[in-house]
Amino acid sequence: MEKTGVYLELKDGNVKPTNFELLTLAQQAGREVTGIMFGDDPAATLAAISEYRVNELVHVGGLGGGGYQPELWAAQLAEVIQQRGLGDCLATCSAQGRDLLSRVAARLEAALVNDCTSVDLDARIADKPMYGGKLVARVRLAGDCRLYTLRPNSIIPAPANGGGSPEVIAVSADAVASGIKIREIVKDISERIELTEAKIIVTGGRGMGSAESFGVLKELAAVLGAALGASRAAVDAGYATQDMQVGQTGKTVNPVLYVACGVSGAIQHFAGMKTSKVIVAVNKDPEAPIFEKADYGIVGDVFEVVPLLTEEFRRALRE
Amino acid sequence: MNIYVCVKQVPDTEARIAPEGEGTIREEGIKWVMNPYDELAVEEALRLKESQADGEVIVVSLGPERAQEAIRMALAMGADRALHVVCDQYLDHHLVAKALAGAIQSDGAPAMVFAGRQAIDDDGFQVHLRLAHLLGMAAATDVREFAWGEDGVGVTREIEEGALEKLTLAAPALVAVARGINTPRYPTLPNIMKAKKKEIKQLSLADVGVAEVANREAIVGLVTPPEKAQGRVLAGEHAETVPELVRLLHDEAKAV
Repeated sequence: MEKTGVYLELKDGNVKPTNFELLTLAQQAGREVTGIMFGDDPAATLAAISEYRVNELVHVGGLGGGGYQPELWAAQLAEVIQQRGLGDCLATCSAQGRDLLSRVAARLEAALVNDCTSVDLDARIADKPMYGGKLVARVRLAGDCRLYTLRPNSIIPAPANGGGSPEVIAVSADAVASGIKIREIVKDISERIELTEAKIIVTGGRGMGSAESFGVLKELAAVLGAALGASRAAVDAGYATQDMQVGQTGKTVNPVLYVACGVSGAIQHFAGMKTSKVIVAVNKDPEAPIFEKADYGIVGDVFEVVPLLTEEFRRALRE
Repeated sequence: MNIYVCVKQVPDTEARIAPEGEGTIREEGIKWVMNPYDELAVEEALRLKESQADGEVIVVSLGPERAQEAIRMALAMGADRALHVVCDQYLDHHLVAKALAGAIQSDGAPAMVFAGRQAIDDDGFQVHLRLAHLLGMAAATDVREFAWGEDGVGVTREIEEGALEKLTLAAPALVAVARGINTPRYPTLPNIMKAKKKEIKQLSLADVGVAEVANREAIVGLVTPPEKAQGRVLAGEHAETVPELVRLLHDEAKAV
C-alpha cells in the first residue's frame, strides 16, 4: 500500500482543524497514513487525531523550542519523506504549509501543487484555481514524491470508523546551518480569525464610506464568529488594513458563508472569493455586479440592513 | 552591488480569461502587464540601489518574446538592464527556477534577489523559494518590510492573520514581497524613452542550463468553473427581508 504523509500544522500546540481535511483525503484514498508533527509533546496531537485512521505518527522533536524554523523544518520533513518512503505528502495551504512544502519541494526537486481544491492521489492529479480563480487547472504530478497543499474548507472532514492508535516514531532534529534568524513574532492582540481558513466571512467595500463604519461589520462578525475582510477599494481608501484584503491581489478565501457589504463586486474581488459556498450581498445600488454573483441579496443601505441582520442572527443563534 | 529582480508578464487583473487548446488560454484581447507583485519587487530593488548609491538593478525574466513589454516596463521604472530567457513552452516550477538561477549565475554574483510572493497567472507560490535553494540563499516570502544591513537583511513578514514575524537573513538573500511593502513608482516619459535603449540580453534555455524539459507538474486541463445560478434578491421592507434572509441561510442554504 502506498504511504501518504500528512504534515500536521499546529497552532499554539493545537492541531488546526484544516488537518482533518488532509487526514480525510488520505484515508478515503485508502492510503497508509503517516502523520508528521513538529513540537515537544505528541500527546495532544495523538488525542486530537484519534478519530482518524493514522498508521504512524512521526514526532520531530529536539527543535530547541520556538515555532516554525523554515530551513530546519524543511530539512527534517524532506528527510522523513525519504526515510519513511512517502509517495505523497499533504499540507494545509496556509502561510506555513506553503512555505514549508515549497522548501521541501526545492530540496527534493519534487512536484508540488499549492492551493489544491481537490486531489486524486491515485491518479496523481490535483485541481487548483489559477488566474485568481477565473479558471481551474487540472495538474498531473510526476516523480517519486508528489507534494500538495490543500485550500482550507475544500473537504468535509469524516472521521474513520473506530479511528486508530498510531505508532509514534520519535525523531530528533539534527541541527542544520540556517541563514534565517527569527528575531521576534509580533502577535495581534485582537486574536482575529484567519481569513483563509474562516468558515464565515463578513466583508466591507468602498460603500462602507469610512474606517469607523467597519464597526457595524465587526458586530455582525462577532455574532457569527466570522473573520472580517475588505475589498481592494476599501483598503486603498484606507478603511481597512492590507492584511484584510480579499481578491486577486489579496487573500483567496473559501468560506461556507460570505457576506459582502457595500462591495460592488469587481472582477478582481470576485476572483478571491468565488468558491464561497453561499454568497450574500448587501448594497444600496441594485445594479451592483455583486448581485449577479450572490445567492441572496438585499438592496439597501448597509447601515440600516447590517444592524438588523446582526440582531436577527443574535436572536436566531440563541434559539 | 548586483541586485537581481524577477519579473513575469501576466494578464491584467481585469482581463477575462478563457481556456483555449490544451492547458493554455486564449491570448486574443488580453492586456499583458508586469505581475503586480513584481512591480513591488522592482520598486524595492530600485530603493535599495538608491540608498546604497551603488550597483545595478538587473531584471531577470522567463517567457515568450512578448514578455519584453513587461521587461521594458521594469527598465522604464529605473532598472539598468535585463536578462530574458526566451521560452515559448510550459516549464514546471523547478525548471523555471533552474532557468532563472542559470541566468543569474551566468551574469554575476548577486548581492540580493527580489521577487513577488506569487504570479497572478498560475498562482504557483513556489518559484522564489526553489530559486533561493538553487542559489544557496536564505529566503523569506510574504515580506512587508525590508531593511538592508551589512551583516544581514532585516525583513518583516506576515505569517497569519494579524501576526508578523521579524527575521534576519544572511546576505546575499532572496526576498519575495507582498502588497504593503511600498508603492511602485510610475515610469516618467523620459525614462520610458531611455528604457528603449537599455540592454535586454536574450538567452535560450540551453544557455541557462536547461538542456532537457521533463516536467514534474503538467497542466492537463484548464476549465472555466461553472457560473453560479443567478441568485435571489429579496424584495420588500427590511423588517421582512432580513428575517427571511436569516431563515433561508439556515433552512435552505444550511450555511449557519
